Amino acid sequence: MALELSEKHQEVIDKLSEAFPDSFIEAYQSSGDTFVRVEADAIVDICSFLKKECHFSYLGDVFGADNFTSKQRFEVVYNMVSLKDQIRLFVKVHLEESNPVIQSVTGVWKSANWPEREVYDMFGIQFTGHPDMRRIFMPQDFDYYPMRKEFPLLGIPGSIELPNTTPDTE
Amino acid sequence: MKNQNILDKVKPKFFKEHQESIYQALEDKHTTIESIEDEDPLNTKMVLNMGPQHPATHGVLRLILQLNGEVIEKTKVDIGYLHRGVEKIAENKTYQEFMPYTDRMDYLSPYSNNVALCTAVEKIANVEVPERAHYIRMIGCELARISSHLLWLGTMVMDAGAISFFIWTFREREKLYDIFDNLGGHRFTISHSRIGGVANDMTDDCIAMIKEFVNTFPQELKDWHGLLDRNRIFIDRNENVGVLHTEDALEYGAAGPSLRASGYAYDIRKIEPYARYDEVEFEVPTRLEGDNLARYYVRMEEMHESIRIIRQCLDKLPKGPVRTDNAKQAYPSKDEVYYSMEGMIHDFMMTDTGICPPEGAECYHAVEGPKGELGYYIKSDGTGHPWRMKIKTGSFANLQILENVLDGEMVADTVVIIGGLDPVMGEADK
Repeated sequence: MALELSEKHQEVIDKLSEAFPDSFIEAYQSSGDTFVRVEADAIVDICSFLKKECHFSYLGDVFGADNFTSKQRFEVVYNMVSLKDQIRLFVKVHLEESNPVIQSVTGVWKSANWPEREVYDMFGIQFTGHPDMRRIFMPQDFDYYPMRKEFPLLGIPGSIELPNTTPDTE
Repeated sequence: MKNQNILDKVKPKFFKEHQESIYQALEDKHTTIESIEDEDPLNTKMVLNMGPQHPATHGVLRLILQLNGEVIEKTKVDIGYLHRGVEKIAENKTYQEFMPYTDRMDYLSPYSNNVALCTAVEKIANVEVPERAHYIRMIGCELARISSHLLWLGTMVMDAGAISFFIWTFREREKLYDIFDNLGGHRFTISHSRIGGVANDMTDDCIAMIKEFVNTFPQELKDWHGLLDRNRIFIDRNENVGVLHTEDALEYGAAGPSLRASGYAYDIRKIEPYARYDEVEFEVPTRLEGDNLARYYVRMEEMHESIRIIRQCLDKLPKGPVRTDNAKQAYPSKDEVYYSMEGMIHDFMMTDTGICPPEGAECYHAVEGPKGELGYYIKSDGTGHPWRMKIKTGSFANLQILENVLDGEMVADTVVIIGGLDPVMGEADK
């Protein structure tokens, strides 16, 4: 299917595919939004390229998705905005089920810090080079990743320790 | 003075690993706890836990502050006390069923949340919305923005020391609640938007109430400006407090008024106009200082602009239906449900299966909520439930700045800075 990209999106995608011929996989559109899929191991280089050369200075969000039955089980999506060109671009990488690890982009945008922690907390995707890789919503003692598809909607009984209600006898 | 590991001092009884990792995170930002016996008999260095249920933390927000006397050296923010797994719930509900949950995220401006979800679903499922519904939504959104900013104003000024102000802003919010009551049938959690339009039309009464409000509210705003703009205490407590420099604002990912108070006119209503925002005239208030006072001015001016938008919407409000008449895309009206068999079947189908966007489609749509960019990413697998719904919220982004802005400030200013950023924990924790 032919893409109906805006002039500015086209320019960015041309630049990107030229600079990273090995890591650029595809560009596609869905409901009017532009997505670029790239290799996971080049994410930091691609993000710094997009920030420096294509003016994507604002990283709105980083989020994960779980494809469950697919071989490339996890997705990490970077939602970035160029204030100069006033366009939005989504960069997407796929990760495997066993040991999902990707480099952190906190060195490129500081705003990636919390969203990456959220992805780690919800999907168990590790970010190497992240300055503070703790869970953000769930307690550190929690053993599961709630947004994975196999995690039940009603939770796992006994998975969170509850405070002791009997008073101290000391 | 000998250095001591912070973990020697804390003996958490509950959520051991969690507490330890938070304190360890303070250590990682190069802080140390030094023993108090020798040279620091007054114990000026301490770790202060604020919250999660502190009255000034606007919900359940916990701050762990490493203090040196009254100066904050390092801050760690601990959220998650309110986490309800809203995104997980979304995956198990139809799109319309999920609507009431959005009300409970940013519960100070439920209307914007409804519209944000609806526009995202309409975008992914190609639903046409009638003209009149767009204008009703815009009016609702702007009223919600005023309502949210009023609560911020009341609590922020209260954090700075003035109590009665809170009552005055709540008096105005009460009028807004009455309008919402008339508009959607609920005062607080309205859920008035429907996929494909809105639930019901505005009554003449409602329009009269809105007109009355837009006529009287500017005078109130003017009075408040008169009270605060030259108030010595208010200025002293807010000027140069919690400064978010222009060069940092984008880097840290600030959202909404906090970003605009640092110099960027980033407003989704202008950049990616939704509803009919490209047909009304309004300004995007911006300041360069990036301090708490700048955030105050930006929000006050935004309320002015909202009034301006509502006036234009009321003038332009076209006649016509308020919901798309394609029964495969939107709920039929209650009249049809009660008096026709087809209507009842369609109502049942919408409730049971709901609208099904094409398989494999993805979309992101954001609106400019009162707290900043409020975006919904939806990935569909062709059924009536989203395969993945990710909600990007302004409060989450702004709380992340809080962790960076607080360093080096005085502990007494913490509450004012939190108030100035206007976080809502329901939105940050989701």
